[in-house]
Amino acid sequence: MDPILKVDNLTKVFSGNGKDDFVAVDHASFELMRGECLGIIGESGSGKTTIVNMISRLLDPTEGTIILDNEDITKASGRELRKVYKKMQMVFQTPQESFDPRCRLGDGIGESLRNNDFSKRDARKRVIELLSECGLSEEFADRYPHQVSGGQCQRAAIARALAIKPSLLICDEATSALDVTIQKEILELLNKLRMEHGEELSILFICHDIALVQQFCDRVLVFYKGRLVEQGTPDEIIRNPKDAYTRRLIDSVL
Amino acid sequence: MPEVTVRKQKIRKNSVRTRLIIFGVLALLLLLASIFAEYLTPYDPYIQDLNNAKAAPTPAHLFGTDRYGRDMLSRVIVGSRASIYSTLLLVAIITAIGTCVGVFCGWHGKFIDVVLMRISDMFLAFPGLVFALAVAGVLGGGLQNAIIALAAISWPKYARIARSQTLAQKETPYLKAAKLSGSSTVKIIFKHILPNIIGPILVTSMLDIGTMMMELAGLSFLGLGAKPPTAEWGSMMSDTRSLLTTAPWVTLSPGFAIFISVMVFNLLGDTIRDYADPRSRGGR
Amino acid sequence: MSDPILRYEHVDISYNGMQAVSDISFSVNQGEILGIVGESGSGKSTLIKAAMGLLGDAGLVTRGDIYYKDINLADLSQAEIRKLNGQELGMIFQNSGSAFCPIRTVGAQLYESMTEHKSITKEEFRKRAINVFSKIGFEDGDRILESYPFELSGGMQQRVGIAVALLSNPGIIFADEPTSALDVSVQKQVVDEMLMARNNFGTTIVLVTHNIGVIGAMADKVLVMKDGKMVEYGDTSQVITDPKEEYTRKLMDAVPRLRRA
Repeated sequence: MDPILKVDNLTKVFSGNGKDDFVAVDHASFELMRGECLGIIGESGSGKTTIVNMISRLLDPTEGTIILDNEDITKASGRELRKVYKKMQMVFQTPQESFDPRCRLGDGIGESLRNNDFSKRDARKRVIELLSECGLSEEFADRYPHQVSGGQCQRAAIARALAIKPSLLICDEATSALDVTIQKEILELLNKLRMEHGEELSILFICHDIALVQQFCDRVLVFYKGRLVEQGTPDEIIRNPKDAYTRRLIDSVL
Repeated sequence: MPEVTVRKQKIRKNSVRTRLIIFGVLALLLLLASIFAEYLTPYDPYIQDLNNAKAAPTPAHLFGTDRYGRDMLSRVIVGSRASIYSTLLLVAIITAIGTCVGVFCGWHGKFIDVVLMRISDMFLAFPGLVFALAVAGVLGGGLQNAIIALAAISWPKYARIARSQTLAQKETPYLKAAKLSGSSTVKIIFKHILPNIIGPILVTSMLDIGTMMMELAGLSFLGLGAKPPTAEWGSMMSDTRSLLTTAPWVTLSPGFAIFISVMVFNLLGDTIRDYADPRSRGGR
Repeated sequence: MSDPILRYEHVDISYNGMQAVSDISFSVNQGEILGIVGESGSGKSTLIKAAMGLLGDAGLVTRGDIYYKDINLADLSQAEIRKLNGQELGMIFQNSGSAFCPIRTVGAQLYESMTEHKSITKEEFRKRAINVFSKIGFEDGDRILESYPFELSGGMQQRVGIAVALLSNPGIIFADEPTSALDVSVQKQVVDEMLMARNNFGTTIVLVTHNIGVIGAMADKVLVMKDGKMVEYGDTSQVITDPKEEYTRKLMDAVPRLRRA
């Protein structure tokens, strides 16, 4: 089976104007299989956010290649990049800030549809379907981000990400800013979506909570100071960590 | 059950809306006064009556008369045309130019950003009024040229604000989400960036109305703006400054008009800033 | 049994007429650690802000009393409460680093905050600071005193924040989400440090957090809050393993736990 995402020797160096250059990500290589949920775990400064920004092409890599669905997207830009985004979507850490404060949730969810030749009426219909798929009623389409709770907003963000049926969903700390009971609900929603979409939806799940990764992911990559130090199934790694850092991380969990 | 202490709380109301209505209406009144100035004047502002020159304020002439016996109240009202109208025009011009340049620089970045920002630095480095004097001097006097002169030196401030706001917007998650949804640059700028940065810019322009009114008045005062006998507050003060000790009302009434309008527009600007943020209006 | 050091009696707190906390009563004994848990909007921070005098202009304890020893904190003016702060009431916040002035050394700032309350020579201060640092597991107190805030990592700043709160040997420490901005490995250090503080100084701690793991590791008693009301109050082990209330059970179930075996 071929991977949906293949990252090869991905490197990002931030030049430090006079000071030493900072290597945020150091030659990371990994694959994400179709229908798989891959966790990326690491503490602040581990480079996990930089990796995500490079994969989503919001940041240019210094070195390495990114292959999405057998297509090299490392240098994609403009119209080409917009096509790439039909296959890749993101859910962000701060749900309220991921929606334009001056637009209704429905407009945000439907934006990608409108950009892909949906009529206003069709987009609206699809938005309502998506909302209900994510456990929200129709009226949420007409609310502003500050009028809904964090959990509701994150559901809407997931609806937005699913709108154009991407094959890769990147969750960048998508549950970290939420209360635990809400976090559980969101994870249940993601699990439900995985069941429904099967191999058509692969998830890259960035998280700093190793217990959560254990619950949710098929495989996990451990990053430390920009380097990929360990990978395997969560149970394998938690029971039998090979790297000193991973061991320390697991011991610290209260 | 033992006695439990109870304390009374003073509740402060959110009065932004009330303030907006008050200052909005006041500003509108000023605007209407400047548009319909001719119909509001009790006397013809240009008719001279030398028998009644430098008369102190009376019920017939509320602001007194100037050295040619012209009714000051009428002149102040008519002067609002030139002062308020041209100030608004000036502010609109610099806001538009500055915002366009700023958003373009902030979004595009790279070489063009550096070049345009250095140019705006150059403008900012000049002492404003001196530069305006030079421009007005080259182009000649007149209200229109005064506006051009002031516009030339005032846009960089807006470009700076728009640029920094655009840079901040570029980093927000919702803008990333908009990019991921496949929106084109033009759509992102008009649908997401402009609506979100226009608040602070509009507030700046509102607050600038006062400053610009004074600078225009200043240029007129120096003889580079409106030409007599056109009633314009700045030039009216300039023409009559020698009367300040003998007939103070002649100098003070246009000064008072400048003071009132500057204050109203400043307060309106403040209020709009408070109101502009949808979060500040509450409502969950 | 001794008198409790802190007592909340039927406390209601309102912001601009909107009630945020209603009818909370509990007490904390000397040397005890009380954990207050709840989700966002539950009023848990508001509860201890009332004791620290940090409710701001809009907030007020509209009903009930908060006793620290014999002082009713709810009736004190801002100025009176400020005199107690630092001296009797210690505080630790989520980002201790942001409370430091960026252009002066940590030591200079600590010395200044100490002399606010009493006169103390630089030598004495230094000795005392290094003593406190070593008691909570800091080896090189000297180096820390001479550092500028930006030279310390976020976790380090937070640990210094704890040392600061301990310096004047307060009767009670209020900690508002002290570990929430930290990575798990640093979080563990901070938790250990606060426990050492309690063991070495007998400090009473009121800990507000949404992190149930931290509560489980530190607190003797737990108060669970939801929508401004107290849901459950009891010994930590009982509340975590055998919650009585429906909401507490839901909360505990939602916490992701690591399966090690």
